[in-house]
Amino acid sequence: MPIQYYLFLSLALFVIGIMGALIRRNAIIIFMCIELMLNAVNLLLVAFSKMFNDPSSQLFVFFIMVVAAAEVAVGLAIIVMMYRKVHSVDINILNRLKH
Amino acid sequence: MSLFELIFWLLTVMALSCAMGVILSRNPISSVLFLIATFFAISGHYVLLNAQFLAIVNIIVYAGAIMVLFLFVIMLMNLNADTEPQKSRLVQFAGILSGGILFIVILAALKDAMMRGDISETATDIGLIKNLGRTLFTQYVLPFEISSVLFLSAMIGAMVIGKKEEETVIPGKNPNQN
Repeated sequence: MPIQYYLFLSLALFVIGIMGALIRRNAIIIFMCIELMLNAVNLLLVAFSKMFNDPSSQLFVFFIMVVAAAEVAVGLAIIVMMYRKVHSVDINILNRLKH
Repeated sequence: MSLFELIFWLLTVMALSCAMGVILSRNPISSVLFLIATFFAISGHYVLLNAQFLAIVNIIVYAGAIMVLFLFVIMLMNLNADTEPQKSRLVQFAGILSGGILFIVILAALKDAMMRGDISETATDIGLIKNLGRTLFTQYVLPFEISSVLFLSAMIGAMVIGKKEEETVIPGKNPNQN
């Protein structure tokens, strides 16, 4: 199976994530789209790892998962805080960064 | 068509359709469930690529921990009613158009890229815990330790941000003095 198939698959997943981040207004959905993009990159790294027979890129996937977990913890705390302030998770409310 | 390709196309269709479901469904709960299905499909791809350890970690960390966190937050906020305001048609169209243009540009750039290689269908053992652990603790010890510091700071940061605000202190008045 050529590597191109995996390239195009992860590219499609990445673009779906970008489209979701652009067309939705719910902050949580945008956050999930970012997770989707990270996973697309992970999939491509694993495919390269198989192609070059090298475990290093699988470890990069491991570190990306670590960073994603930390990011989700902080990001959801920020979203909860925002909900407590403005009672909404609509990002258009925050577009001026003031009360 | 070999079994490898059959499973590849099956998992690809599942991953892409569930990813479309994430961004198209109105209800945030069903978005989360679609995302979990996408992660399972990606884990299937990992197994297909002989990354068994990462497949398990993906299910445990993403589908098990992160998505449960998302579900908890959505249920705490009571967002399951689909009352989300929509962006205007023009903005949605522009978003889809720019995403599609990005797709076409990168596709055209990668179509004739230098990268030519085949993913062999024979099994290798680089994805097993033994090999990954040996590489992790010889070549990548420093990033591993730094990531533990990152986790600690993320934990403290999440607690500080999520803490309830205390009563605002009026300047000039000592709260202990009554």
